[in-house]
Amino acid sequence: MADSNTDQTPVHPSEAEGIAREPLVLNNRSMGWITNQICGIVENRQPMVWWVVFVPSVLLFGLLVFTLVHLVSTGIGIWGNNQPVAWGWAIVNFVFWIGIGHAGTLISAILFLTRQKWRTSVNRASEAMTLFAVMCAGIFPGFHVGRFWMVWFLAPAPNANAIWQNFKSPLLWDVFAVSTYFTVSVIFWYIGLIPDLATLRDRAKTFLPKFLYGFFALGWRGANRHWRHYEMGYLLLAALSTPLVLSVHSVVSFDFATSIVPGWHTTIFPPYFVAGAIFGGFAMVLTLMLPVRKLYGLEDMITAKHIDNMAKIILLTGTIVGYAYIMELWVSYYGANKYESDAFHLRILSGPYTWAYFCMFFCNVIAPQVFWFKWSRHNLWFVFIIVNFVNAGMWFERFVIIPGSIARDFLPGQWGDYSPSWVEKLMFLGTFGMFLMLFLLFIRFLPVIAASEVKGVLPESDPHYPEWKRLREKRREASEA
Amino acid sequence: MSESTDSSKQLFGYVAEFSSAADLYHAAEKVRDAGFRKWDVHTPYPVHGMDAAMGMGKSWLSALVLAGGITGSCVALFMQFFTQVNLYPTVVQNKPTNLFTLPAFFPVTFELTILLSAFAVVFGLLVFLMLPRWNHPLFESALFRKFSDDGFIMVIEARDPRFKKEKTREFLETIGASQIEGVEY
Repeated sequence: MADSNTDQTPVHPSEAEGIAREPLVLNNRSMGWITNQICGIVENRQPMVWWVVFVPSVLLFGLLVFTLVHLVSTGIGIWGNNQPVAWGWAIVNFVFWIGIGHAGTLISAILFLTRQKWRTSVNRASEAMTLFAVMCAGIFPGFHVGRFWMVWFLAPAPNANAIWQNFKSPLLWDVFAVSTYFTVSVIFWYIGLIPDLATLRDRAKTFLPKFLYGFFALGWRGANRHWRHYEMGYLLLAALSTPLVLSVHSVVSFDFATSIVPGWHTTIFPPYFVAGAIFGGFAMVLTLMLPVRKLYGLEDMITAKHIDNMAKIILLTGTIVGYAYIMELWVSYYGANKYESDAFHLRILSGPYTWAYFCMFFCNVIAPQVFWFKWSRHNLWFVFIIVNFVNAGMWFERFVIIPGSIARDFLPGQWGDYSPSWVEKLMFLGTFGMFLMLFLLFIRFLPVIAASEVKGVLPESDPHYPEWKRLREKRREASEA
Repeated sequence: MSESTDSSKQLFGYVAEFSSAADLYHAAEKVRDAGFRKWDVHTPYPVHGMDAAMGMGKSWLSALVLAGGITGSCVALFMQFFTQVNLYPTVVQNKPTNLFTLPAFFPVTFELTILLSAFAVVFGLLVFLMLPRWNHPLFESALFRKFSDDGFIMVIEARDPRFKKEKTREFLETIGASQIEGVEY
C-alpha cells in the first residue's frame, strides 16, 4: 500500500496542503491529554463560578418544588387557567423547553449520519441538555392536566371505568412522541457514555467513584468484538433518532395545527416548528458551551471552527423560520379565510401582542443575519449575545402563537387579554433553576465531552496514518530532488 | 511482569501493548493469519477497519432491531384498533370508528416503532456483548486498563487451542508488542 510512488497518490485529509481541513483538535493534543483534560473536570475541584451558579440554581429549583406543592395542595385554580386564554405560559413554556431539547439529538443523530465529525466535542453536552430540557418541558403539561395524580390516565392501561384513550387526538400523540423522545434520548446518551464511564472507572482512586462509575460502565472492556456491535448499535440509534427528532416537534405542532383556532390551523406548522426547535436548541447549546469551554479550558476541543459551524446552522434555521413567518402572513393575506386574515392582522398591526410579534421577529430573523459575516461568528461575546437574542426570540415565538391566537378567537365574547399568574411566573423561573442545576451536576459528575469519540477523530487514530506520513515524506524528498 | 508462581492460579492470557493504532492494526492482521480464535484488541475508540483486520464480519444487531421495529408497529396498530374499534368506539373529530381511521393512528404507530427498535438496540447490545460483566480477570492488569486512556492493547487468551506459553509470548514480541504481561486468575 505504502510503496506506490507517484505524485498522484491521494493525500490524507489532515495532511493535504491548500485543501486541508482545520484539525478538529488543536495543538496536536495526544489521547492522554484528552483523557486528562476531560476526566480532570470530574476529578478536580470545581471552580468558584460553578458554585456561584449552582447555589442560586438549587434555590430556584426549590422555588419550583414549593410552587408545585402549593399548586397541587391548593388546587389548579390558582394557576389562573379560568380565563379565555387557558393555554397561557404553561404551554408556551412546554413548547419552549421541548424545542430546546431538539439540538442534542440533532447533533448526535443527524450530524452523525451525515458524517460531521466536529459533532464529537459537543454532542455529549447537548444530549445532556436535551434530556434536562425535556424534563423541564414535561412538568408543564403534566401539571396542566389538572389532577396531577391522575396523570397515569394518559397511558393506555385497563382501568375500572373501562375507558380508553382517544388515539385520534393530537394531545395523546404528543404524550407518545415526547415520552418516546425522552426514552430514546436517554438510551442514546447512555450508550454513548459507556466507554467514557469506563475511563472514569479506571482512573478512580477511591471506593465510591470506582463503584458507581464501574457499575454504570457495565464492565466495558473496549474490546473490538464489542466495538463492532457497539458501533452498529450507535448507528442504528442515530438512524432511529433522526426521524424521531423531526417527528417530535411535528407532533407538538399538531396540537395546534389540527385545531381550528385561527392562527394555529396551518399546514406550515410542522416544518416551521422543527426548524424553530433546531434553531432554539443550537442557541441554547452555544449559551451553555461558550462559558463551559472557557471555564474548563476546552478551547482545543471546542474550537472556533465548532462555534463557527453552529453559528452557521443558527443562521440557516433562523432564515427558515423567517421564511415561515413571512409565508404565514402571505397565506393569511392571500387565502380566503376571514378569520385567518383577521388573526394575522391582529398579530402584526392592532392586536394586544403586536409588541411581542416584533420582538420575536427581530430576535429570530434579523439578529442572526449578522452570522453571514465571518467576524461575527468568531467574536465570542458577539455570538453569546446573538444566541441569547435567539433564546428570548424563541420564547416570544411561542407566546405570539399561543396566547396571541386564543386571546382573539372567533367570537368577541371569547376574547380576553392574558396576564400570567404568579404561579406561572414562578414555575417558569423554577424550571430555569432546575435546568441549570441538572446541567451543573452533569458537568460535575460526568464527562462533558465524549472522550472516546474525540480520540477517534485525531489524525493518528487512523490505522493507516503512518503510511500516509511516509508518503508525504517521499513526496517531499522527490520534490526537493 | 506479574507472573508469580502461585500454583492455585492459572494463566488467563497475555496482555500486550502496542504503541499506536497502526501497529495494533498490523499486528491484528498477523494474529488473524496465524489462526488464533480467542483473542481481542482493546482500544480507547473503535479503530477504523479493525473488523477486517481481525477477520470479523458485519454485526447482525441490525436484524434484531428490525424485529424490534416490526414488533413496535404491530403492537401499536393492534392496541389502537382494538381499543378504538372494539373496546371503546367513540366518534370524535368526525373520524370513523372502523379500519379507515388508520391515518389518525400513524403518529403513535411511528413512535412505538422507534421506541421498541431502540429497546432492541439496548437489550440486543447487552446480549451480544455479554454485558454487564463487572468482574473480569483482565481488570487485574494495570497494563490492560490503559485501554480506556491511550493504550492499544491486544489480549490472547490461554484457552485458545494455538496458545503456547512461551511461543505465543515470542510471537507477540515479533509482531511488535512494546510490553507484554501475563494475567492470571
